[in-house]
Amino acid sequence: MLGVIYLMGLTSQSTGISVNREQFNFPTAGNQPVIALAGNPNTGKSTLFNALTGLRQHTGNWPGKTVLQARGSFSHDGCRYSLVDLPGAYSLLAVSVEEQVARDFICFARPDAVIVVVDATCLERNLSLVLQVMEITERVVVCVNLIDEARRKNINIDAHKLSTALGLPVVATAARSGEGLNRLLDVVARVVHGKLKPEPKRVQYPAEIETAVSLLEAKLKGVWDGELNTRWVALRLLEGDINMVEFLAGDRDKGKIVAVREVLA
Amino acid sequence: MRNCRTPLEPLVEEARKLAGGRQDAFREHIVQSIYHTAEQIAAGSVIRETGGRIDWDRKIDNILTSPVWGFPIMFGLLAVVFWITITGANYPSDLLAEGLFWVEARLTALFVAFNAPDWLHGFLVLGVYRGVAWVVSVMLPPMAIFFPLFTLLEDAGYLPRVAFNLDGLFKKAGAHGKQALTMSMGFGCNAAGIIACRIIDSHRERLVATLTNVFVPCNGRFPALIALAAIFTGGAVAASLSSLATTLAVSGLVVLGIVLTLLVSWLLSQTLLKGIPSSFTLELPPYRKPQVGRVIVRSVLDRTIFVLARAMIIAAPAGGIIWVLANITVGDASMLTLMAGWLDPLAWHMGLDGFILLAFILGLPANEIVLPVLIMSYVSGGALMELNSLADLRHLLVEGHGWTWLTALCTMLFFLCHWPCGTTLYTIRKEQNSWRWTMAAALIPTVVGIGLCMTVNYLVRGLGLV
Repeated sequence: MLGVIYLMGLTSQSTGISVNREQFNFPTAGNQPVIALAGNPNTGKSTLFNALTGLRQHTGNWPGKTVLQARGSFSHDGCRYSLVDLPGAYSLLAVSVEEQVARDFICFARPDAVIVVVDATCLERNLSLVLQVMEITERVVVCVNLIDEARRKNINIDAHKLSTALGLPVVATAARSGEGLNRLLDVVARVVHGKLKPEPKRVQYPAEIETAVSLLEAKLKGVWDGELNTRWVALRLLEGDINMVEFLAGDRDKGKIVAVREVLA
Repeated sequence: MRNCRTPLEPLVEEARKLAGGRQDAFREHIVQSIYHTAEQIAAGSVIRETGGRIDWDRKIDNILTSPVWGFPIMFGLLAVVFWITITGANYPSDLLAEGLFWVEARLTALFVAFNAPDWLHGFLVLGVYRGVAWVVSVMLPPMAIFFPLFTLLEDAGYLPRVAFNLDGLFKKAGAHGKQALTMSMGFGCNAAGIIACRIIDSHRERLVATLTNVFVPCNGRFPALIALAAIFTGGAVAASLSSLATTLAVSGLVVLGIVLTLLVSWLLSQTLLKGIPSSFTLELPPYRKPQVGRVIVRSVLDRTIFVLARAMIIAAPAGGIIWVLANITVGDASMLTLMAGWLDPLAWHMGLDGFILLAFILGLPANEIVLPVLIMSYVSGGALMELNSLADLRHLLVEGHGWTWLTALCTMLFFLCHWPCGTTLYTIRKEQNSWRWTMAAALIPTVVGIGLCMTVNYLVRGLGLV
C-alpha cells in the first residue's frame, strides 16, 4: 500500500489504437525495457515482484490481492528494467476487470517481455493463460513458480519438455526463497535484447476457424503490421469479442472499457 | 485521440460475415482448443509420483470450513489474536508511557530553564508533545502485535477460508461473498478495505461492500476499544481473569460489527441497492507456511510505522488545537467547554457527554486520535495530570468525569459505528467518484451508531441498571 501502486491511465485517449506506454503511466525517461508479470491469481507474482525489485508491495495468500498494477524496477547485468505486476487473471478473455487490465497492458503497452508466472502445483490450469499470452506476443518467458511446493507434493515438472511443447523458455523458480531468480533474469534479459527469440507453438484451432483466420489476417496485415498481432486480432473479431469489436470500430464509449475507467479512475 | 489509419468497420463486418452468425460457437471452439492444448502439454511435462501421501490441505480445509467447526474455529482464532494482543500490549504500553512522560518532564524543565513563555510551553509540550506521546504509547504496542498476527493468518491462506465460511451469510444479505475478504482487510485499515472492494466486479455489490466496510473496527480504533474494555470490563473482574474479560468484550464488539455489516448490507440490497447477489468462484489457495521473519519485519516496518506516522502527523496539530481551544476563554468558560456544552444535549441521549462527542468530531482526520483528544480535553480543562497507566485513565474518567460502565459501553459502540475517518472518506470519494455515495458512507454508520447508543442508553437507564 505504500506508494508503489500506480493507477493505469486508461483515459479516453488511451483507448485509441495507437495507445503507447506513456498512457499506461510509464515515464519516458531512460527508455528502460518494460517487463510485465502476468499469471493466474495467487501464483506468487507479487512475491516475485518484491524479490526482483526489492519493493514491498503487500503480498497475501489470497487470490485477487493485486487489484492494480504495481510498478518497480531492477538492475541485471548493468541494465535497468521496469517491472509491472499485473493483476492476477485466469484468462485474457476479459470477462473480469483484472483480465481486462492484464490484456490491455500486454496488448497495447507492448512490454519488451512478459513473464507468465505459473503455479507448478497446478500447471494444467495455468497453461491456458500462457497459451493466450503467446498469441499476443512471442516475447514470453514462462516462470514455473512454487517449485518448492510442487516438490513437497511429489510433483515433478520437466522444464525441458514443457519448453519444447510451448516453444518458449521455461525457468523453474521458488520466489519465496529466491531459487532460480537469477536464471530467470538471464533468460528475460536475453529475450529483451533479442539474443533469444522464442518461437511459440501457437494453438491450432478447428479447420473452419483456421481458414477464416487466414482470410481475415491477410486483410488485417496491411492495417497494423507490427503493432498488434494480426492472428490474435482476427480471432477476437471472429468470436465477436464485444470489447475488441467496439474498440477497433472506434466506439470508445461503450462496453467494458468504460467499466475499467470507472473502476480505475 | 488519434484516428485509426484505415476505417475498421469493413473488417468487423467481414469478420461477422466469415463467422456467419456462429460467433458464440467460434468462441467456444477457441476456448476448448486452448484448454485441450493446455491439458496435452501438461500431461507431457508433469510427472506425479504416486505415493501414500496425505493431502493435508484438503484435510485441514475439511475442518476449517466445515459447517460445524468453521464458525467456532473462526471466532476462536479471532479471540486468540485479541487475547495475545491485549495481554502482550499491557507491559510495553506502560513502559512507553513512563518513558515518554519522563521526556515530557525533562522538556518542561528545559522550557523553564530558558524562561520560555507559558503559552509556548503549553502549546508545544502540553499540547503537541502530549498528544503525540499518547498516540504512541496507547497505539504502538497493540498495533505492533496485532498487525503481524493478522498478516501471519493472511500469509498462511486463512482469509479465503473465512470468505468461504461467510459466503452463505453474505449471499443471504444480498451481498457478494468476496465482501468477507474486503471486510477482513477493513480490520487492518478501512481505507485499504475500500480499495480491496475492487475485487468485486458488480457495481451494486461493490457499493454495498464499500458502504458497510466501516462497521468493522480498524487498527486506529482497536487500541481505544481495548483500552476502554480493559478499564471497564477487565477492571470489573478478578485480576487473573481481566485479560480474558477484555478479550471477550472486544471480540463481542467485533462480532457485533460483523452482524451490523450483514444487517446493513441486507437493508441496502432491499432498498437503495436492490439486486440479487452474483455468483463467483473462489479458489481456496494451498496453505503456505508463512514467512514468519519477513512478516514480522514487514508488518512492523511498513504497516505499523506507516499508520503510526499518519496518526502522529495528525495528532501533533490536533494536540495543539485542543490546547488552544482549552485555553482561549469566552466569558468564563473555555472554547472547548463551550463547544462540549453545545453537544451535551444530543450526547446525553446517547449515553455520552459533550466532550466525548466533540472528541469524535475532532477525530475525523484519524480515529487514532479520538481517545487522546478526549483525554487532552478532559485534562486541559482542570488540573493538569500525568497519565502513566490505565489505572490513571480510569481514575480520570470515573472520578473526574463521572463515567459509568454505560458511558464506556456507549463510547465503544459509537467507536464501532460512526462516520469513517477522513482518509477512508477520501478513498470512497475517489473509488466511487461520487459525493452522494461518500455522504451515504458517512451517514449510514452515524445513524446506526446514534440509534444503537440511544437504544442501549434508554434500555439500561429504564431498567435502572446504572
